[in-house]
Amino acid sequence: MAKEENFCNLSVSVQELDFDIQYEIDNIKRRKKNFGGLASFLGQVRDSRENDKTLLFLELEHYPDMTEKEIISICNDARSKWELHDIRVIHRVGKLIPGDNIVLVLATSSHREEAFKAVEFIMDFLKSRVPIWKKEHYERDSSWVKSEKSDEELLSRW
Amino acid sequence: MKILYFAWLREKIGVSFEEKEIKAVTVIGLIEELVLLDEKYSIAFSDLSFIRVAVDQKLIQDFKTSIKDAKEIAFFPPMTGG
Repeated sequence: MAKEENFCNLSVSVQELDFDIQYEIDNIKRRKKNFGGLASFLGQVRDSRENDKTLLFLELEHYPDMTEKEIISICNDARSKWELHDIRVIHRVGKLIPGDNIVLVLATSSHREEAFKAVEFIMDFLKSRVPIWKKEHYERDSSWVKSEKSDEELLSRW
Repeated sequence: MKILYFAWLREKIGVSFEEKEIKAVTVIGLIEELVLLDEKYSIAFSDLSFIRVAVDQKLIQDFKTSIKDAKEIAFFPPMTGG
């Protein structure tokens, strides 16, 4: 019991199902009241219209045996860098339409700075270190999303 | 050995995984061995700067990494999660 205050709770889900940000926040608040701030990032499918092409849906493929393990390892790095109370990550896979949730990252800590940093750190690594690939489907064609060199370069700031 | 392919690599090779008897002892050796088997591999592996590799579900940076005791090798393009 004495250690509980220092223990950072970690929960990671990779799923097709949607999630509810409010439910996830309440879930953390119900269990612990010792944190001072919660930072969150919610990623959704952009409603993109480029060159007369309208995005119908995104398909997220992943490497099932590895995805969750990679996310957990990123979160463990975050836990060792900052004093966090909770980390909750949900990443959706499968077919998602514009406006659908893709990813949720929540982190709590005693003070805001650590929570903000942890969420940003986890998102940076989710972008280019977790085996997930997005394919954009338009009316007439489809294409795999290209990785951004800038995403890879962002990792060096940590 | 089990070899897995994801995203456009899977599409170019035409299967999501295959079991193969492999002589190669490194990742790059395995790529060279596959390329000799069929044109689809030489197309898929034509530019290695777009290839990422996991050996037994661990990302590796160096293509000279040993695969001697590996059970599962995965090839895929740069990741685009988040």
